[in-house]
Amino acid sequence: MGRKYLARKTLHALATLAFVLAFNFFLFRVMPGDPIRLLARGAATHMTPQRIAQIEHEQGLDRPLPQQFVVYAENTLTGRFGISFVTNESVTNVVARAIWPTVLLVGSATLIATFFGLWAGIKGAWGRGSVFDTSSLFGSLVLYSAPEGWLGMILLIIFVGTLHWFPAGQMSSNTGQTGLANVLDVLSHLFLPCMTLVLGYIGEYTIIMRSSLLEVMGEDFVMTARAKGVPDRLVRRSHAVPNALLPTLTLVFYSFGFILGGSVIVEAVYSWPGLGLLTYRAIQDLDYNVIQAVFLLFSLAVIAFNLAADIMYGYLDPRVREA
Amino acid sequence: MSVLSVRDLVVEYGTTGGGVPAVRGVDLEVDRGEVLGLAGESGCGKSTIAGAILRLLPAKTKVTGQIELDGNDILELTPGKLRAVRWTAGSIVFQGAMHAMNPVQRIGDQIMEPIIVHGQSGEREARVRAGTLLEQVGLPTRRLNDYPHELSGGQKQRIMIAMALACSPSLIVADEPTTALDVMVQAQVLQLLRTLQHDLGLALLFITHDLSVLVEVADRLAIMYAGRIVEQGEAEAVFHSPAHPYTKALAAAFPAIGDMRFRGRPSGLGGDPPDPQQIPSGCPFHPRCAEVTPVCSSVTPELWTAGPARLAACVHASGAPALEGVSR
Amino acid sequence: MQTLDPTPSDPPVLVDETVDLIPPKSPRRIGWARRRRALSVFWKTYRRSRMGMVGLVMMILFILLAVFGPLFVPARNVSVAFAPGKPFQPPSLQWPLGTDNFGRSVLSLIVVGSRISLIVGFAATVVTMVLGAGIGIASGFYGGKTDTLLNALTNWFLVIPWIALAIVMASILGPTLLNIILIIGITSWAGTARLVRAQALTVKERPYVERARALGGGDLHTITHHILPNVMPVIFANTVLTVALSILAETTLSLLGLGDPNSISWGGIINEAFQAGALSAGYWWWIIPPGVMIVLVVLSFTMCGYALDEIINPRLRAR
Repeated sequence: MGRKYLARKTLHALATLAFVLAFNFFLFRVMPGDPIRLLARGAATHMTPQRIAQIEHEQGLDRPLPQQFVVYAENTLTGRFGISFVTNESVTNVVARAIWPTVLLVGSATLIATFFGLWAGIKGAWGRGSVFDTSSLFGSLVLYSAPEGWLGMILLIIFVGTLHWFPAGQMSSNTGQTGLANVLDVLSHLFLPCMTLVLGYIGEYTIIMRSSLLEVMGEDFVMTARAKGVPDRLVRRSHAVPNALLPTLTLVFYSFGFILGGSVIVEAVYSWPGLGLLTYRAIQDLDYNVIQAVFLLFSLAVIAFNLAADIMYGYLDPRVREA
Repeated sequence: MSVLSVRDLVVEYGTTGGGVPAVRGVDLEVDRGEVLGLAGESGCGKSTIAGAILRLLPAKTKVTGQIELDGNDILELTPGKLRAVRWTAGSIVFQGAMHAMNPVQRIGDQIMEPIIVHGQSGEREARVRAGTLLEQVGLPTRRLNDYPHELSGGQKQRIMIAMALACSPSLIVADEPTTALDVMVQAQVLQLLRTLQHDLGLALLFITHDLSVLVEVADRLAIMYAGRIVEQGEAEAVFHSPAHPYTKALAAAFPAIGDMRFRGRPSGLGGDPPDPQQIPSGCPFHPRCAEVTPVCSSVTPELWTAGPARLAACVHASGAPALEGVSR
Repeated sequence: MQTLDPTPSDPPVLVDETVDLIPPKSPRRIGWARRRRALSVFWKTYRRSRMGMVGLVMMILFILLAVFGPLFVPARNVSVAFAPGKPFQPPSLQWPLGTDNFGRSVLSLIVVGSRISLIVGFAATVVTMVLGAGIGIASGFYGGKTDTLLNALTNWFLVIPWIALAIVMASILGPTLLNIILIIGITSWAGTARLVRAQALTVKERPYVERARALGGGDLHTITHHILPNVMPVIFANTVLTVALSILAETTLSLLGLGDPNSISWGGIINEAFQAGALSAGYWWWIIPPGVMIVLVVLSFTMCGYALDEIINPRLRAR
């Protein structure tokens, strides 16, 4: 793809990231109220005055604002996010532990939801007005209207509480198994939270794909293909879907932030030990350093996904490729 | 030997507001090696006819009558046979080639597609043929690897023509092929169409609203108004001595440089074409007609003889039945 | 035509008196008549959408519930101190949806909770639309540096995951109802702004806008008389969908523990149930019904929104 396009998009991503960092700083320091008193609202109540003073000094809160920013920038870029007020561990460690479970959960859910959502959208749009289309559209609307946390609870009640098909939460049974047994164990724990996220977001993907394909189906070149005697399935595969898929995939990538956000409450419901559960507990304890770090991490992930979307689009669309 | 024969064609679009009669009984015939021009304002139903010939109209459309293309009864074909006939018996050059091509597929692939789909050759021979077609329309073969957006309007229209020739059809329907082009390019494309049609002995149905274009290209001319043909005859004769008042108005609206008749102001035609769901009684043209008579609102004219090899749906035609207050 | 009357007793008729009986149509009255006609055409088209009508009926029912429902609930049923029933009771004749941890009637809680859920939904939508439409129109209309700045701001807010921003803001500002409304508004306006800006840009290019400016129309006049009316349909459809999203946002924030602990909303009920261990204990009557209400109300607004979308964007309509 054009080098100018790639450079432009990367620069834009970096600029956005810089603004996020700056925003994070100002939000905390410039908000009404003494930052330390904010910390004192939560878990910091058990801290000694000396400990509080020490934190103040570490985070540079006892210095003028411009200097604070320098300290903040330095800390952030070297990965020093302070201490978790709850566990006294470094935030970096706490967060690092929680990354993989979230990647596993959100990654698998995104892949499954995208694949089946796109499939349902294509099938629905191509056979517009059919039983499949009407029911999948209705189903999508209903699922889209359901809060994903509540959906998780429903699944728990049905499949764990009543049917006992799946374990009650967490990521593994922690009985020390290894190898295949361990993998299967984790999968059995993964199934319900993953299904919850899939159900929560598949509706949106179906509707996006369906709308996009319907629009393309009305384009002149689809009529040309039919006139040429191209069989229906080939018209769909070669002409309609490729043109509809491009903007759809881009939109799916762009909405990654939503499925990532949804993982917060889903992990909380299932006690899945990822960033979401970490955030949930940090909210309750007002462990602000953790909240701040996860905010940055989530923003970074979304910026990265948006950039990936732009790159993918630049590669796949010949009109942009040569720009 | 007629390649296309249309009898009593009636097309009614099925919209939520009720049926919209776009074509209300049309007879057409195009012979091998002949160019029939079909002219009329927007909304008169001419593009609908183009779609009807290959059965490309939306599913909810009611199409009755008979369409015979290269010996095939189009309206009675099974879907499978219909697909086989499309592009091989007759093909279409669409208007507005801007969006008539798949933006993410290379030109070569799009020209090769019908050849391969109809089993006329394998991929390698298809590519060779595609290259030959490009040369025939005056474009270099390296253009096969281009995408549509890399071409100009005129080049895209040539590609559409090349594509239409891909399966060696007997009939080509050109639906406003030059409307979106500027005048110089228009002339080139017209010249190309004329040459190809002549060299390959094709039957060409040329649909447009621009009468002046048809005079140069067509052998015979059919004028459409409100879903019906109102005049038919030899192209030059129709243009220079029109029989139907609508044709007269149309011809007068397109000034030809150097023609003494247009020395003054070009005259337009007042009013608008009728809403297909509210067609005036009797002759649909009578509200706008300069030669209207009292009987015109109650008598629906048929295509009566109006001269040698000429038909006109007007009470003033020489072959029309005698009516009160009408001069012929 | 004036004729000279030889008998001076009758004054000459200079003006056709019947003309005065028909009041002259001012441009404003013509404008309003046209708007009324457009509205009735719009309503006729909307009526044909089954999805839109079902959604509309449901929406009206929910609004009625929120306005009048709580009037029928005895205060005791939702008071913590004077709860009428025994805690954790499954549904019975007396308590059709059972009781919560305090012994309050879950049915009563749901009826009362409808008010906050809908109020927050509507109020947050107002914030979102004022911010979003305002910035979108300003950005699209003024163009140039204003557009570059506002557009960058919009894109920035679009990138930040709304929930992360909401969590950060809520932890700092504290969980009051007003804060929640503001937070939802601040995290949601960007989507609207992008839509409105795109529409404003299209409208700005239309010939009548140029004509209005040439005739001396100032910025405010052009915006209110030309841009705004033509952007209104998009804004309207978007508003309905935003209400749906705002209600969902309030629910999510409540479930995260960031809701107002002093007010009853459907999301809040589910959160209390979750915190009290209703999941493991299997108190399904406490968890399922409030969620069903959320699904239904969000569904109703979404259906209306999509029906409106189909009318405004004709390419999506069935051919």
